[in-house]
Amino acid sequence: MNAISRRKFLKLTGYTIGAAAAASSLTPVIKGAKKINKEKVKGIQTIPTYCDICFWKCSAIAYLKDGELWKIEGHPNDPLSKGRLCPRGTGGIGAHFDPDRLRSPLIRTRERGEEKWKEVTWDEALSYIAKKMNKIKEQYGAESVASFSHGIGGNFLKHTLKAYGAINFGAPSFAQCRGPRDVGFELTVGDSIGSPERTDIENSKCLVLIGSHLGENMHNSQAQEFAKAIENDATIIVVDPRFSTAASKAKYYLPIKPGTDIALLLAWMNVIVSEKLYNIDYVTKYGFGFEQFAAEISSYTPEWAYPETGIDPDLIRKTARTMAMYKPATLVHPGRHTTWYGDDTQRSRAIALLNALLGSWGSKGGLFFPVSYSLPPYPYPAYPTSTKEKLDNPGKKYPFASEEITTGIREATITGKPYPIKSWIVYSTNLIFALPNIDETIKAIQNLDLLVVVDTIGSEIAGWADVVLPESVYLERHDDFNMSPFKQPFFSIRQPVVDPPGDQKPNWWIAKKLAEKLGLGNYFPWNDVEEYLDYRLKAGGLSLAKLKKEGVFVGEKKPIYIEEGVVPEFGTPSGKIEFYSPQLLQAGFDPVPKFTKVEEPPTGYFRLLYGRIPVHSFSRTQTNRILMDMYGENEVWVNQDIADKWGIKNDQYIKLKNQDGVISNKVKLKTTERIRPDCVYMIHGFGHTSKMLKGAYGKGASDSELITRYKTDPLMGGTGMNVNFVTFETEV
Amino acid sequence: MARFAMAIDTKKCVGCMDCVVACKNENSVPEGYNRDWIVTITEGKYPDVHLEIQSQRCNHCDNTPCVECCPTGASHVNDVGAVVLVDHDKCIGCKACLAACPYSARFINPEGYADKCTFCIHRVEKGEMPACVNVCPTHCMHFGDLDDPNSEINKLLASRKFHQLLPEAGTNPRIFYLT
Amino acid sequence: MLELTTTRHNPMIDPSLHVWSWEIPLYLFIGGLVAGMMIISGYFLFSKRYKEIDCVCYSLPLISLIVLSIGMFSLFLDLEHKLFVWRLYTTLKISSPMSWGAWILILVYPVIIANFLMNPLKFIEVKFPQITKLTTFIHQRPRLIQNIGIVNMILGGMLGIYTGVLLSAMGSRPLWNSSILSILFLVSGLSGAAAFVHMIAQNVKERELLAKADNSFLILELFVIMLLLVGLLTTSKVHIAAARLLLDGPFAAQFWVFVIFLGIIVPLIIQLLAVNHKIKHTPVAPVMVIIGGLILRFIIVYAGQFSKYLNVL
Ligand SMILES: Nc1nc2c(c(=O)[nH]1)N[C@H]1C(S)=C(S)[C@@H](COP(=O)(O)OP(=O)(O)OC[C@H]3O[C@@H](n4cnc5c(=O)[nH]c(N)nc54)[C@H](O)[C@@H]3O)O[C@H]1N2
Ligand SMILES: Nc1nc2c(c(=O)[nH]1)N[C@H]1C(S)=C(S)[C@@H](COP(=O)(O)OP(=O)(O)OC[C@H]3O[C@@H](n4cnc5c(=O)[nH]c(N)nc54)[C@H](O)[C@@H]3O)O[C@H]1N2
Ligand code: SF4
Ligand code: SF4
Ligand code: SF4
Ligand code: SF4
Ligand code: SF4
Ligand SMILES: [Mo]
Repeated sequence: MNAISRRKFLKLTGYTIGAAAAASSLTPVIKGAKKINKEKVKGIQTIPTYCDICFWKCSAIAYLKDGELWKIEGHPNDPLSKGRLCPRGTGGIGAHFDPDRLRSPLIRTRERGEEKWKEVTWDEALSYIAKKMNKIKEQYGAESVASFSHGIGGNFLKHTLKAYGAINFGAPSFAQCRGPRDVGFELTVGDSIGSPERTDIENSKCLVLIGSHLGENMHNSQAQEFAKAIENDATIIVVDPRFSTAASKAKYYLPIKPGTDIALLLAWMNVIVSEKLYNIDYVTKYGFGFEQFAAEISSYTPEWAYPETGIDPDLIRKTARTMAMYKPATLVHPGRHTTWYGDDTQRSRAIALLNALLGSWGSKGGLFFPVSYSLPPYPYPAYPTSTKEKLDNPGKKYPFASEEITTGIREATITGKPYPIKSWIVYSTNLIFALPNIDETIKAIQNLDLLVVVDTIGSEIAGWADVVLPESVYLERHDDFNMSPFKQPFFSIRQPVVDPPGDQKPNWWIAKKLAEKLGLGNYFPWNDVEEYLDYRLKAGGLSLAKLKKEGVFVGEKKPIYIEEGVVPEFGTPSGKIEFYSPQLLQAGFDPVPKFTKVEEPPTGYFRLLYGRIPVHSFSRTQTNRILMDMYGENEVWVNQDIADKWGIKNDQYIKLKNQDGVISNKVKLKTTERIRPDCVYMIHGFGHTSKMLKGAYGKGASDSELITRYKTDPLMGGTGMNVNFVTFETEV
Repeated sequence: MARFAMAIDTKKCVGCMDCVVACKNENSVPEGYNRDWIVTITEGKYPDVHLEIQSQRCNHCDNTPCVECCPTGASHVNDVGAVVLVDHDKCIGCKACLAACPYSARFINPEGYADKCTFCIHRVEKGEMPACVNVCPTHCMHFGDLDDPNSEINKLLASRKFHQLLPEAGTNPRIFYLT
Repeated sequence: MLELTTTRHNPMIDPSLHVWSWEIPLYLFIGGLVAGMMIISGYFLFSKRYKEIDCVCYSLPLISLIVLSIGMFSLFLDLEHKLFVWRLYTTLKISSPMSWGAWILILVYPVIIANFLMNPLKFIEVKFPQITKLTTFIHQRPRLIQNIGIVNMILGGMLGIYTGVLLSAMGSRPLWNSSILSILFLVSGLSGAAAFVHMIAQNVKERELLAKADNSFLILELFVIMLLLVGLLTTSKVHIAAARLLLDGPFAAQFWVFVIFLGIIVPLIIQLLAVNHKIKHTPVAPVMVIIGGLILRFIIVYAGQFSKYLNVL
């Protein structure tokens, strides 16, 4: 039994609803939503819901002034937001007012990608889709309908598709985001990091950030806890080729050469092991294969790492000793977007091992054991079963993939193997921006008989669709409960706070109506989503009316650290922390992470790096006028000396050309001392090409466009995207 | 007499602009205008770089060139908290105050009057914190009364190093940046 | 290396202050010019030159009134909240040059009108016979005429100084923040007015006198400009930077060419030659002086807005 399947059996400290119901005590400060602004209630109205500008799902309270949406604030009882939203959440009301929103269903009238549409009714659109889907089922089987869906809003639609017989589902959150990290930890400690991350940042005494640019990466609780750590005078160590905001808070900033983090991690572990600074009791008690591991890493001295990483050996030693000094309250942050170089699972494994050496896994100030509620599921009829294999990872080509690989589905759609894919149903993911190599995505789309995109705005992927379905935004709809595992069991509700401005519909309605068109109405025994929600709450002994008023139910604190009595279980084959991994060896991989050099940029070229800005989420907020008012186009960061050499000036527009000759849109230069000379950096999500996005079209440049190359992680299929090189075109 | 002030902890501020977004919503600041904004100051040579991030707005100065130059009395110092305010109905839009403010903290609202940070006096009077302070995810902003020796802000100023913006302008600004 | 970034993007404020465009420099120029004309006209009344039938003190007041009204209208155009303009006269705020400027202007009008009444226009005399009585009344009282002259000079002086104080009171803009600015604007107003009178004077003696006066004003103006710049250059960093805006910065070309060279030095040479009877009097020099004075106001207003304490503030 490999680590991943074993992990599925381990539900760490889960809590059932009964225990929690008694615990929820809350001063009801908030009025519930009865009718929304239909009758324009005078004065101030407050309605709790949870945010959807990213996947963190912070609970919030929306304010209406005379029936109009006014502002949104964090929910004080919510463990995620603690009463404060991040800037994107605060600006989230801009999603409701967005003038570029899709207003009615669209069916394509010309070639794919030309963005020529006719407006149709929902009935026409759904009938059209159902007819095509039935035809595909007849000709190829239901498995030939694949779906990409990101975020909680996709749940109901997935339900419809599973009822239909679909088995291929993917989200970019695995192979383009946190996949390598979660697999790296699963291979090492037998459990994943999950989302929200199980990082106890606020209690850590030494926080190590490898790339994770907290403060720019605005995942709310993490940013808040990061500030707490600063306040507590935690020693912060930041490893990043760019002097990030987090770096400016650090005691030690390590200006690493991109792609060499494994070498640094090995050297750190070498120091900690050779100087016997590791948590000996912990390693003895929970570790497996430590001797082999120690032998393996004995040659990775800081002096060995220096030429690779560019980090001074003394600094490596000093930081390693600092980490050891604060153990086990040292948190080596596992990161989140970890699909960098294709060796990412092994890098994440090295991070897991470093945490293990320090005893941070399971300790206060390290990586805690999350707790959550669980509500009984709604009793639906069983889904049809399929004899076909999922095609995202046929033959377990990537043996340790623990979730579906989006790019695997894309590849199968191109090759038609092991069986053809004829339709993509895309919900809330802009595949054109999210997947590396746009040409491959478009090539796959050309093989489809049906591309349906459910979106709120005319995103790039919507531009390629046959049918576009306009969804109401999160402020206008119900969704499933948020029951994220975190430091305290809690769950929260999303409910409409305003009416949609046009003919937009919520996902549950779309899913239900489509099911009915497909003759699968029996899979939706409820008439209205509130019935569904009420059923699940009642089954747990709670009431919808109360939750609608209060927004969040918070359970009692439960132990989340070993020192509080949690007995750790490790879902690895050995049941221990695998410093040395026999299952990796067996599968033909390094049982202890090794460093291999990454390809260097040719002269005149620079490695393209990318990341986040606090006021935007990916490619989804560039038509939100409030957030665009904060940051309206991205810039490319170029080291000042390089800029001087090239004779290019701050604020000047240039174009980037990558190794494959792809030339970007014009983009402003930010010449700065905050980045290494061998790389450039830009914010992901800009340079939109869909003409439907009036507020975003042509503003800034798109990293996605320049990421024509990617390096696939052989362990789990993640797509390393930091492997592209660009040069400057100074004439624009 | 209260004298409201802010102390902003630059060690904790991450420049996320939540304070800017919150002000927009709370005060219906028109698109394209700012009552508050983020300034970053980067010094040094890579990799030995020092970065300071400041959330800036009207400093509600003790000495107010903006009020002094106002020909109509529209710009005034409020009785409560010595907050510097503009009376929209008295303002002729002569822009003298815009030019007189060394911090360029003011702008002309599209409706024609001089506009700027009010320290969210409408909230403060209700016992709430200003919108920007209330939203800040890093809790790096502190608002309080300088004349109250027991206020949190006075304690912070007593225990931490800080600086004000352009002390040489002689305005004695009441926003303090803790370093 | 110092890198500064700001996310502020307020219209009229960023990337650099530009709250005032052509209206204010025009207004300040006109204010100075009228001030100069009031002083000249007042001086002629005071020195009894009004006894000459073709004295400019008979034509200047009307010109002043018209030009001043253009200036006032220009100021009005600059207001963003025009309907509230009456608010200026609901209060007198001593600390606000803008406020006492507004009140000075209110006083300036009757004073110029008093001068004007000495020789009202024909059609006014026809339409309002009482006016003729007033004119006769004034002409019968030499002391009153002298007093009108004195008041014109005083208010002219105040007006001229006020146009500078409006800017120099702004401690926020290093270029403006010098009391010499008021003197400069007054002197420049005088030189402009003298040039103007020099150009239009019917009376040969007056023309000669004003050409000479203008030459002194121009020399004085050069000196005052030098004082202003030296003052800035010997203050703080930001003041030096402000001075350099004019000396070798973005405004240097206009400053050296139009203000110093074509606005002062060249006309000064021409007029020196003219008063020494080497060449004939020509309107070229006065026109240059007047244009130079206008450009001076533009440069000071624009460069002053450009000058600040720090890039991002
Ligand atoms: N505001 C905002 N916040 C977000 C999101 C958003 O869209 N907007 N998205 C959320 C999501 S889903 C994710 S996955 C996270 C992503 O956020 P993180 O996981 O924190 O981001 P990273 O992928 O680490 O990438 C960015 C940083 O890595 C550095 N970096 C690049 N290459 C290397 C390298 O080789 N070595 C090292 N050590 N550093 C390197 C870059 O300079 C940059 O500072 O952000 C989350 N938070
Ligand atoms: N080049 C590059 N690629 C990346 C990344 C990168 O930084 N650079 N980051 C990677 C990471 S970490 C992640 S997590 C993924 C994220 O990838 P995605 O989840 O695909 O993120 P977005 O690009 O924001 O696309 C989201 C789409 O959903 C739509 N949408 C938003 N709200 C709603 C809604 O309420 N209903 C519906 N139906 N649609 C909605 C938006 O309009 C947008 O079209 O991208 C990955 N890919
Ligand atoms: S982190 Fe920000 S955008 Fe994401 S859910 Fe929370 S408030 Fe919304
Ligand atoms: S909200 Fe707080 S942390 Fe964010 S920029 Fe403003 S002051 Fe800084
Ligand atoms: S910051 Fe500017 S506007 Fe605010 S009180 Fe001071 S001088 Fe006046
Ligand atoms: S713009 Fe308004 S507030 Fe400012 S000085 Fe003029 S009248 Fe006063
Ligand atoms: S105090 Fe109020 S008005 Fe001032 S910046 Fe903060 S939110 Fe805006
Ligand atoms: Mo992600």
